[in-house]
Amino acid sequence: MEVIRPMTKFLLEKKPGRGMLLFGIAVVLMVVIMAIFAPIIAPYDPTKSTKDVFAPPSLKHPMGTNRLGQDVFSRIVWGSRVVLSVVFMATLLSMIIGIPLGLISGYYGGKIDRLLSIIMDSIYAFPALILAIVIAVVLGPSPVNTAIAISFVYVPTYFRMVRGQTLSLKNQLFVEAAHAIGAKDREVMVKYILPNLGPTVLVVFTLSVADAILTEAGLSFLGLSVTPPTPDWGYDLRVGQPFLLDGYWWLVFFPGVMIMLLAMAFALIGEALNERISLGVR
Amino acid sequence: MLLEVKDLSIYYYTLSGVVKAVEGVTFSIDEKEWVTFVGESGSGKSTVASAIIRLVPPPGKIVSGQIMFEGKDLLKLSEEEMRQIRGKDISMVFQDPMTSLDPLRKIGDQLVEAMTVHGVDEDEAKERAKELLEKVNIPPDRFDYYPHQLSGGQRQRVSIAIAMAFNPKLLIADEPTTALDVIVQDSIMDLIQSLKEEGTSIFFVTHDISLAAERSDKIAVMYAGKLVEFGTVEQIVENPLHPYTQALLNSVPDLWTEKPVKAIPGYPPDLRNPPRGCRFHPRCHIFAEKGELKGLCDAEEPMMIEYEKGHFVACHLYGGSRNE
Amino acid sequence: MSEPLLKVENLKKYFPIKRGIIETLRRAPVRYVKAVDGISFEIKRGEVLALIGESGCGKTTAGRTILRLIEPTDGRIIFDGVDITKLSREELRPFRRRMQIIFQDPYASLSPRMKIGDAIAHPLLVHGLADKEEAKELALKMLRRVGLTPEDEFYERYPHHLSGGQRQRVVIARAMILKPEFVVADEAVSMIDVSMRAAILDLLESFRKEYNMSQLFITHDIAVGKLIADRIAVMYLGKIVEIGPTDEVLKNPAHPYTMALIQAVPSIARKKERKIEITGEVPNAANPPSGCRFHPRCPLATEECKSKEPELIEVSHEHFVACHHPLR
Repeated sequence: MEVIRPMTKFLLEKKPGRGMLLFGIAVVLMVVIMAIFAPIIAPYDPTKSTKDVFAPPSLKHPMGTNRLGQDVFSRIVWGSRVVLSVVFMATLLSMIIGIPLGLISGYYGGKIDRLLSIIMDSIYAFPALILAIVIAVVLGPSPVNTAIAISFVYVPTYFRMVRGQTLSLKNQLFVEAAHAIGAKDREVMVKYILPNLGPTVLVVFTLSVADAILTEAGLSFLGLSVTPPTPDWGYDLRVGQPFLLDGYWWLVFFPGVMIMLLAMAFALIGEALNERISLGVR
Repeated sequence: MLLEVKDLSIYYYTLSGVVKAVEGVTFSIDEKEWVTFVGESGSGKSTVASAIIRLVPPPGKIVSGQIMFEGKDLLKLSEEEMRQIRGKDISMVFQDPMTSLDPLRKIGDQLVEAMTVHGVDEDEAKERAKELLEKVNIPPDRFDYYPHQLSGGQRQRVSIAIAMAFNPKLLIADEPTTALDVIVQDSIMDLIQSLKEEGTSIFFVTHDISLAAERSDKIAVMYAGKLVEFGTVEQIVENPLHPYTQALLNSVPDLWTEKPVKAIPGYPPDLRNPPRGCRFHPRCHIFAEKGELKGLCDAEEPMMIEYEKGHFVACHLYGGSRNE
Repeated sequence: MSEPLLKVENLKKYFPIKRGIIETLRRAPVRYVKAVDGISFEIKRGEVLALIGESGCGKTTAGRTILRLIEPTDGRIIFDGVDITKLSREELRPFRRRMQIIFQDPYASLSPRMKIGDAIAHPLLVHGLADKEEAKELALKMLRRVGLTPEDEFYERYPHHLSGGQRQRVVIARAMILKPEFVVADEAVSMIDVSMRAAILDLLESFRKEYNMSQLFITHDIAVGKLIADRIAVMYLGKIVEIGPTDEVLKNPAHPYTMALIQAVPSIARKKERKIEITGEVPNAANPPSGCRFHPRCPLATEECKSKEPELIEVSHEHFVACHHPLR
């Protein structure tokens, strides 16, 4: 409770980026609600084929139907589940691996740091999508494997950021004070340095999620993510693409817009938070 | 009278409330006079200093009052007119010379720029700059040094040189020695004293009452945004009237006398919600002792009265109630 | 108890100056900043020693080195009869409970994201002296003890909610909760208003009485020394130039630098006399002057001062000075 009031105040403060922040949060909330209440919101079963193929958007099918007569709107709604769960799983995994490694690397320095940094920099040097593709191909298509592939890509991001912050924080006076009390290294890292990483981790989180959404869409576009008939925005994009020239625009438009909107929403949140944090330091 | 400030009030409009940082401050500074504003952090003394030169940072706003400098009300001037006065007739020296000097430029150049900005020809400015460095005891070969190559004391001297470029009538010094070691502090105070003797009035701000008492002609004691006592240094030191002034004098040690030291209990109040009546009453030992003051000190704000010539105090012990 | 609690013998801390590429290639000898260059003193149980000096004299480095927060280059640190100079981190841990430090900047010494109550309780958990419940109880008691009441409210606050003086009380509470036998106060009141210092010093004094605690009080303000110290040691450029009982040193300073420090302190009574004029500023510790390090600034300097470093000699009972021409 005591966190919510200052948090809401923080979010609603009339500072630059408030518009971005609120828009981003609104979109994300909308998609989350879509995902949670999919059975209620979606009017049709997204995997059920009907005879009503290639129907343009109408009252009966607000976003039209695809080649198999499946309602696009229902597929969008159910597809949000896949997107959100894969992306969040991937990001969580990245954080679980990247953050502790970054802490250890930044705190101890020396050989461990050099070794980890080289590994992380090598991974980081690969374009995200290519790396994810390689891993997904190796592991095989499934949402879990997609999550693993994507998480691999973002581990260096968290690692670098946490390592950098740890490097600067470990020279702060309160860390020296913790040493003076006699605190063990692990305690210093967890109780003193980690909590102070909070705001920056949050910003990186939102921005990496934005990127991960695009990567996931890319992977599923290439058929490396879910298997049909599971609804997924990227997959629908790929399936609908050949029919674009025939005038069936709604097959590509709606999934494309959703991907873009969601990624942009997270990016906006990340940017707005970033501005807030750099403005409101102490 | 060089500077007359009447009923100055400055509020900060923050997100968590209106901070009444300065309330109804009235005082004056004469030619060749050194007046020190002394008080704890948050008492409003630095805000008053910044108001005189009209550099109150947002979200601060001067809500009322007059600042009469040589007969003109500075609060009524335009920003352009004020800019003519800043650096020329009134100039200011701050606490931290590392941030008030540009770290990327040589000190000589900064000194020259302070003058060319007001239209002085560059060669003339260079000459004058060398003179000024000498005046503040910086060896002339340091003209081409960068701020980080100088010591803290030297940087502060450079700041003073910049402030003195046009021989201002009033020099505002906001805690200029707080960040310096004691021997360096002493030499900077000597320097400021020599400037005073050459004709510049000094408005000095500090939280150290020993420093205030040692050099000033007059002292103004601020507490929680209000001026509680004002007088000559002899009056304040030998006959402090306000309980806060007395407590302040008792709270600091003196190496040269055997004066006992007594801490002031409690903390300064939150200025978004200052205490009712006299702002000092929650920490005032006299209020705590004398039951008869209840209903007065905690209900009514005391007015400033002239106790003896030139010695003003705002305290119910000396009258100051509107009903008297 | 004749054995002193803390004995520092010829302590040195040299910081190597990073060499540029050219110097490294030329194999030029590494130069050092001799921050602490051989200081020795003792502190008895319950005694307060003030270490006085201006910026750059090495006093802060000395304080941290004594607590092994920085590794000494040479010399010995003997705590309660045990040589702790070269102990490993694990061996040192039990000593950490007995010696604490209070830093100058009350804001920087507290983690911005830790409730102040938790910060105070944490040392107890680190040393396994209490479980979470007990630690919280003791922290609340300590908050009351240092005057931050109502304590349950203050427990939940974060450092940015408090004023400088209040934060320093929190730092003191955190240091005192372990009931240390020795505490280093590194400019503990320098960032606090002059009028508030007496209150903080009173607080430290009350702990000293309660725990019979020894203190090394590091400060550049000799007036603070007068308030709380039993003995004063004056440091200049890495060396102790004078050491003795407080009253003795303040009334009869033997070293010209001590005299200069005393003269510079502002006096309300305006009763001070200027007996000595020193010039210049503290030189670079990487390049200390030859002989007596103070000679370039000293009005009494002679040829001997330029070439020979003075040793500490006793000028009166327990009062030592390192000067060829002491003032008494």
